[in-house]
Amino acid sequence: MILTSFRLPGEFGGLAPIYILPDKANADSGLTIETYQFFFSDFIYVEVFLKSFAVAIFTTIICITLAYPLALLIAHSPRKFRNLMIMLVVLPFASNFLIRIYAWMIILGPESALSHIINSALAFFDIAPVTLLFSPFAVLIAMIYVHLPFMILPLYTNLEKHDPLLLDAAQDLGANAWQRFWYVTWPQSLPGIFSGSALVFIPVLGMFAIPDILGGTGDIMIGNLIKDQFLGTRDWPFGSTLSIMLTLAVLSITGLFSWFARPTGKFA
Amino acid sequence: MQRRMTLLWIASILVYTFLYIPLIIVVIFSFNNSKLNAEWVGFTLHWYQTLFHNHEMLLAARNSLIIAISASTLATLLGTMAGLAIHRYKLKILPILAFTPVAMPEILLGVSLLLFFLQVLNLTLGMFSIIIAHTTFCIGFVAIIVRARLQGMDDLIFEAARDLGATPWQTFYHITLPLIRPAIIAGALMSFTLSIDDFVITFFTKGVGEPILPIQIYTMIKVAITPEVNAVSTLLMLLTLTLIFVATRFDTSVLRSESK
Repeated sequence: MILTSFRLPGEFGGLAPIYILPDKANADSGLTIETYQFFFSDFIYVEVFLKSFAVAIFTTIICITLAYPLALLIAHSPRKFRNLMIMLVVLPFASNFLIRIYAWMIILGPESALSHIINSALAFFDIAPVTLLFSPFAVLIAMIYVHLPFMILPLYTNLEKHDPLLLDAAQDLGANAWQRFWYVTWPQSLPGIFSGSALVFIPVLGMFAIPDILGGTGDIMIGNLIKDQFLGTRDWPFGSTLSIMLTLAVLSITGLFSWFARPTGKFA
Repeated sequence: MQRRMTLLWIASILVYTFLYIPLIIVVIFSFNNSKLNAEWVGFTLHWYQTLFHNHEMLLAARNSLIIAISASTLATLLGTMAGLAIHRYKLKILPILAFTPVAMPEILLGVSLLLFFLQVLNLTLGMFSIIIAHTTFCIGFVAIIVRARLQGMDDLIFEAARDLGATPWQTFYHITLPLIRPAIIAGALMSFTLSIDDFVITFFTKGVGEPILPIQIYTMIKVAITPEVNAVSTLLMLLTLTLIFVATRFDTSVLRSESK
């Protein structure tokens, strides 16, 4: 009984994207691949996909750069402080997602202190003032902000498990601080980086709220396209096609990441 | 070594600053006596007052609470069962089925639920559909937590109960349930937080009619920004903080009983 009670909700949410969408796409357009042809016929859609990938890649890389020092520091801190430091990472991410985006609207707004500082600096060099809000820059920074904890946590979990004796051994063998990091810590932390990257990359790819609120008219991503098809123009078959494309992208990336993040030998 | 640690500290403090500054700014400006979120003019509680006279907003808050309570109750019930099932029957497919909604981008779940409600169930979108949708994505989280708790325990304890003549139901009620209770509570609190915060899935399954809190905030941000948004945000943050505080209280009590 437990088994059946579980399977229903599991299939309900889990397989719905795979079951229903192709079905829908076919039913509405009378079993054609028209919508798929349409997707590839117009370069705009492919371009949006590529752009979304670019945003996701940039976000992931910057998240790794920001998360690594912090995760390393927490992992090297005395045990009693670790939970507190992790808690401090998680706390802001527990506040509402929209609020965190809204905060950046205030910071990047045309009247904000940051805008004033940057623009007066630019004026000093005789460069025309820039608007920070409603730009790709705003989208990227909010993406990083929202997803950073997803990178810090898996990285920390990984780094924390490292055997400190390995570092001592490396030092005994004459490795300097940088070599110790590059040859001992970094290779061991790769599974953590890959699982963190998956947690950042995938949601960024499907995000629509951030470009919607902080981006300009040209900064749309896959998520915005899908949203518009379903709630705007109501072209459901095409919306489904886009969703299928996104699902495929996500599945292949998940496969890729889990292959990379698989436990490797003795470092597992 | 020492210099390296200093560098790490500086980098880390910068990251912490990056994480906190935006939220602090939102809170500060909620008390600002100006229509613009630009510079500090003076202290006021005006925005909180307007907020409490905003009928639409109060209705939205009430609706969101109803949804969050129903969805987290349902999700806790089903998620606990799912966690137990995953632990008991070591089928590879079970965890995949339960955890997929957690790993997919929210928008895909939102779209497929929208199609599912309208095409398969012929449901009118509204509070009910939102509750179902929220339950769906919360189940996975509860299942993960419950399963993690079960994995850390010795299965022999259940066999011992059966040996002593307990019926399956008695075993569950007297042994399993008390043992996984912290996980259930944590799962319930997490579902509640997820549900009350969720924007994307609500956005797709809301239909027209009843105002819902995150949607209301979204509209305010998109249409007219007033520090009222800051006031709502601050109150929501307080709520989440309280919940997290409660959750950690439960957590530490768990740790303590284990270390005995």
